[in-house]
Amino acid sequence: MEIMYFYLLAAVAVASGFMVVTCKSPVNNAIALMMTFVCLANFYVMLDAPFMAAIQIMVYAGAILMLIIFTIMLLNLGTAVARKGSHSVVWATVLALLIAMQGYFVINRGEVSGITGEITGEMVKKVGHTELIAKSLFTDFLLPFEIASILLLVAIVGAVIIAKKEV
Amino acid sequence: MLDNYLPILVLVAIAFAFAAGSVVFSRLVGQKKPSVVKLAPYECGMPLFGTARDRFSIKFYIIAMLFIVFDIEVVFLYPWSVMFKRLGMFGFAEMGVFIVILFVGYVYVWKKGALEWE
Repeated sequence: MEIMYFYLLAAVAVASGFMVVTCKSPVNNAIALMMTFVCLANFYVMLDAPFMAAIQIMVYAGAILMLIIFTIMLLNLGTAVARKGSHSVVWATVLALLIAMQGYFVINRGEVSGITGEITGEMVKKVGHTELIAKSLFTDFLLPFEIASILLLVAIVGAVIIAKKEV
Repeated sequence: MLDNYLPILVLVAIAFAFAAGSVVFSRLVGQKKPSVVKLAPYECGMPLFGTARDRFSIKFYIIAMLFIVFDIEVVFLYPWSVMFKRLGMFGFAEMGVFIVILFVGYVYVWKKGALEWE
């Protein structure tokens, strides 16, 4: 049952990812991108990572996608973006196939299954993914956590200065 | 573990079924007598003026930007609240520092008048 759901979700994720790059209208691209984000959030839930799923929905599908749509509105691209770009399609396809083959071979040889270190899949299931993140974030990585707030502060100031500039 | 998410899946399924059902059902049973007025884009009954692809004010962008920043602040509150009891006073203090630093940004935005829609 779960594997069927996974394949359904993977198909939707790939199809919507394809729509992101093929749709003509920028707004349709953005909606397709949201579909991809939602599928990824589902994957995170299936991988016992509910916190990642929450971030995926709140930050990516919520905030970042809204910013993308606002950017489309601000830039006023209109309908004149139907210009066809074909110069990099071949190389992009070759590169994508190479990466896909690499992934296929690595997974087939079973080299990604070895988990080293104290945090294993069983431990994540038992203790909880959010708890583990919280424990390391608020004890071992306290300084980076506080620096993150300063980074956000810089982002606020930067956004206000750029947007409020007198023309 | 995954059973906890079953209600969400059911909710999504019902929402999808309702949305798709409304469109399909109205297409199946509805009458089709198109006219120029009926086929025009509907916007609260007002006649349209101009296209939707107009340039929008930068104010929207700044609100979106501030939303992202404070959204990320909220995201940090989730793991913190999960561990709140075990972190105790120490955790309360570090989240306090985090929020105070961002509060400085909030005051800056407010004083700069970036939240005003003049």
